[in-house]
Amino acid sequence: MKDFQFHRPTTVAEAVALMAGKDGAKFLSGGQSLLPVLKLDLAEPTDLISLTGIAELREIRVDGQALVIGALVTHDAVARSADVRKHIPGLAALAGGIGDPQVRNRGTLGGSVAHADPSADYPAAILALGATVHTNLRKIDAEEFFTGLFESALAPGELVTAVSFPIPKRAAYAKFAHRASKYALVGVMVALTSSGVRVAVTGAGAKVFRVSAMEDALTKGFVPEALSGITVSADDLNGDAEASAEFRAHLIGVMAKRAVAACQ
Amino acid sequence: MSSAQGIGASIKRKEDRRFLLGKGQYTDDITLPDQSYAVLIRSPYAAALIKKIDAAAALAAPGVLAVLTGDDVAADGLGGIPCGWAVKNKDGSNMVEPPHPGLAHGKARHVGDPVAMVVASSKALAKAAAKLVDIDYDVLPGCGRLPEATAEGAPLVWDQAPGNVCFDWHIGDAALTDAAFAKAAHVVELDLVNNRVAPNAMEPRAANGHYAAANDHYTLYTTSQNPHLTRLLLAAFTLHVSEHKLRVIAPDVGGGFGSKIFHYAEELLVLWASRRVGRPVKWTADRSEAFISDAHGRDHISKAQLAMDKDGKFLGLRVHTLANMGAYLSTFAPAVPTYLYATLLSGPYDFPAIYAEVKAIFTNTVAVDAYRGAGRPEATYLLERLVEKAARETGIDRVELRRRNLIQPSQFPYQTQVALQYDIGDYQATLDLALAKIDYAGYAQRHAASAANGKLRGIGMSTYIEACGIAPSALVGALGARAGLYEAANVRIHPTGSVTVFTGTHSHGQGHETTFAQLIADRLGVSTDNVEIVHGDTDRIPFGMGTYGSRSASVGGSAIVKALDKIVDKGKKIAAHLLEASVADIEFRDGAYRVVGTDRQKAFGEVAFAAYVPHNYPIDTVEPGLEESAFYDPKNFTFPGGTHFVEVEIDPETGVVEVVDVAIADDVGVIINPMIVDGQAHGGLAQGIGQALYEEVQYDADGQLSNGSYMTYCMPRAADLPMFKVGNHVTACTHNPLGVKGVGEVGAIGVPPAVINAVLDALAPLGVKDISMPATPEKVWRAIAAAKQGKGA
Ligand SMILES: Cc1cc2nc3c(=O)[nH]c(=O)nc-3n(C[C@H](O)[C@H](O)[C@H](O)COP(=O)(O)OP(=O)(O)OC[C@H]3O[C@@H](n4cnc5c(N)ncnc54)[C@H](O)[C@@H]3O)c2cc1C
Repeated sequence: MKDFQFHRPTTVAEAVALMAGKDGAKFLSGGQSLLPVLKLDLAEPTDLISLTGIAELREIRVDGQALVIGALVTHDAVARSADVRKHIPGLAALAGGIGDPQVRNRGTLGGSVAHADPSADYPAAILALGATVHTNLRKIDAEEFFTGLFESALAPGELVTAVSFPIPKRAAYAKFAHRASKYALVGVMVALTSSGVRVAVTGAGAKVFRVSAMEDALTKGFVPEALSGITVSADDLNGDAEASAEFRAHLIGVMAKRAVAACQ
Repeated sequence: MSSAQGIGASIKRKEDRRFLLGKGQYTDDITLPDQSYAVLIRSPYAAALIKKIDAAAALAAPGVLAVLTGDDVAADGLGGIPCGWAVKNKDGSNMVEPPHPGLAHGKARHVGDPVAMVVASSKALAKAAAKLVDIDYDVLPGCGRLPEATAEGAPLVWDQAPGNVCFDWHIGDAALTDAAFAKAAHVVELDLVNNRVAPNAMEPRAANGHYAAANDHYTLYTTSQNPHLTRLLLAAFTLHVSEHKLRVIAPDVGGGFGSKIFHYAEELLVLWASRRVGRPVKWTADRSEAFISDAHGRDHISKAQLAMDKDGKFLGLRVHTLANMGAYLSTFAPAVPTYLYATLLSGPYDFPAIYAEVKAIFTNTVAVDAYRGAGRPEATYLLERLVEKAARETGIDRVELRRRNLIQPSQFPYQTQVALQYDIGDYQATLDLALAKIDYAGYAQRHAASAANGKLRGIGMSTYIEACGIAPSALVGALGARAGLYEAANVRIHPTGSVTVFTGTHSHGQGHETTFAQLIADRLGVSTDNVEIVHGDTDRIPFGMGTYGSRSASVGGSAIVKALDKIVDKGKKIAAHLLEASVADIEFRDGAYRVVGTDRQKAFGEVAFAAYVPHNYPIDTVEPGLEESAFYDPKNFTFPGGTHFVEVEIDPETGVVEVVDVAIADDVGVIINPMIVDGQAHGGLAQGIGQALYEEVQYDADGQLSNGSYMTYCMPRAADLPMFKVGNHVTACTHNPLGVKGVGEVGAIGVPPAVINAVLDALAPLGVKDISMPATPEKVWRAIAAAKQGKGA
């Protein structure tokens, strides 16, 4: 690990100002994704700008028909939040199933979203619920946010401040975890929202994606059996020693049914 | 005293206070004045010529003290890492024993083979400089797995080993076995793979070498299970110095599971580098490095055949095994698939004929050597999968088939067809106890309950035996061991009666500081608080062989008992003098010497004090002081055994196997501390279940490692395991003074076949006949899918 300058601003404005003009700088939240990368020398930032001192990013609030969760809220805090459990219990359950207790106590929503790991859990919720990612500059729609493998619409130096999740009628997440890493091998979030049924799959492809055939079927009948016979092609899915693309395709079907069952 | 703290008492572990407070002292915790740090540059290729190493830029980098290569190792005349066991081929010729230099010279032979070492004033500087070393490799084809390494025209790991064969060995009687098969009513055949696993001790390996030029003396701190063996090998083979000029200290060691038995190159390199740079040199592996440099375990491919008569009585066993050695021969590697494996193939069964052939194969992978159980899990897995298959094919109940073939208590001592003589056991008793613990009779109900939940339930068992308490020196010497395997102890009674015991065994999780203190409490009536166990420092302890093969209690404990006998005897003479009685009239009981039949007595502490302040003392016939040493060479191996039951539930949609119940009954001999015995069983079970369901080192055909990190290599976690039901039935070992056998490995030996047998039992109704370890969700899902198709077709 190379030496770096460490900063701990207390406001978003200060953080953004510190970032300005520093090409080699990186924001640091829970460090659960960034520190492993540094330890393996896969990135060598000149500056780390820790966001953990910024109180304004730690809020969870209900804003009309949406739940707005600050970027610095840990997975554990999301899992335990009374507001989240009341309004989107499926999201609380998703956060409570990320990694292990150590990871959940440090890792944050903003860090997860910014990192855009194809096996992360939150992307499924963001896409299925039609969430909006708030940054210091703008608001980005779920559909536009995740652009590829570890790639998002964030510009260099742009800071995620919060994610706004519209409250669905019903939603649930079913995850098949990688046995070693505990990341999602396949994670499916199913949501019945005011704008219809949405099914989002994480872990299986280069980025989170929706399955329109399942959405159509569930629109006709929001029950697990509605998904019988619907298969997802393995063609564009990830395959590795843990699970082939075919197995992932199969698991999408199983997890989708389980998520729908959990919505009942 | 003895009942509260002695043999049989579940007292809490004395060592846990410092561990739980984070105050253990591990090798990496030791930083010496003027400390420098080494980083090893390891081959990223399975096989490659090392054409040129350009260290100029690294040498010019800040803080760099040296960049050392295989050329330097050769120029300084360091010896190669030796192999501690020589196995002969069938024709009596020697195995192929290739050189193993401290740093690869000319050719790298596996991913992780150390090629150069950078020494700098900090670890960060050493790491940074290592990136500047320019190594020009010529990449060669390699072979990473047994099938490729044994194929026609496979690339050779060593030119001197045609076909990559290290040795081709056999045991048993081929003709007798052929005759048994000729008259068999039924023959069962099975091909199986014993998957390769990485040991993954919690503490990675580390070594800190210090050469003090002023008095020409070396000190090595190292993560070792046997510091004296390491010192001997360094002195005699690799560093070439006299033992009295070399001190090896293995301080607190965080787990070993076998992987820290062996003499590794890094131990040599840090001492040598310290001599060259004039500062102590420390190296600590990170986890990724551990995956490619610690010796791995298992990795067999076998074909097995079982001959039975019409009633299911076993007539003969034929086994052919390919065993992966890796690229270099690690310290005990050749012994593992031979004398620790094939000699166990009789299991707990009465077999009239056995013949086994083992071919050891070089591959472009890190060395394979002893890992918890070492050979015995491989034998047990083979036998118990085969017996289960026999039950299924003949329709004889799995328990009944085993009962018909278990060695009867009246048959002990039992001579097997594969060299071992079991002294004692009661396999029926452990079987009965395990049946009760799992509630075998209630299984059908549990099966129905699982089915109602959409789960496939299966039950599996194994009846096993193992040989531990390693080992009678003359016997293993005749079998090729290049060391004795006795153990040593020194017991020092202090003037006020407290006790320090110096043992040649080494505790790296086993709890010796507690169990050995209990021996002292039991024999001398001293509180365990007044006993200190010292291990791990060659300057303090007598020459002993360390800890592995579940030998510490049976061999090391016996050495302590022998020394204690001498102490008690000497004390009798002193007490007789003090009590003005004859020695013959003195008895030692409950911590006091008494004149038989009277109330006259002297406490042990008073006698100890007299020994050190010999004013009123039989000084003409008895030396002052109270300190005795003993060496103990075991008369035989010890033979723990038992029955393990596992129940699993399988989710047919995802292939996930959940272990829902584990009930075992072991006979590990006399139990010193039941809590520690249970803990050892638990740890072994976790690793055994890990091998069966989760763990597998994956090399590709060419020798690239694809899962060398915890992101991809799956270790068992507490949440994956049910509460274990552990029972014991004791038959005391007949040939050591404590009657102990050993418990360190039983879990890892007995449970893997029970897990797989349970998985196959659950899947049998669907038509699945075979599955390999680890039984991953995808494998199970595919097996179910294939069986469905097969049925449909
Ligand atoms: C053992 C382990 C298991 C895990 N299992 C899972 C799992 O099951 N599911 C899952 O989803 N995740 C898992 N994770 C990842 C975990 O959830 C991380 O916490 C998360 O991905 C990143 O959050 P963080 O706060 O730690 O971010 P950091 O590691 O601090 O940062 C990650 C990246 O995001 C950037 N960044 C951080 N905050 C912001 C911000 N507010 N705005 C812009 N950029 C920012 C950083 O510069 C960095 O590039 C696991 C991690 C580990 C170590």
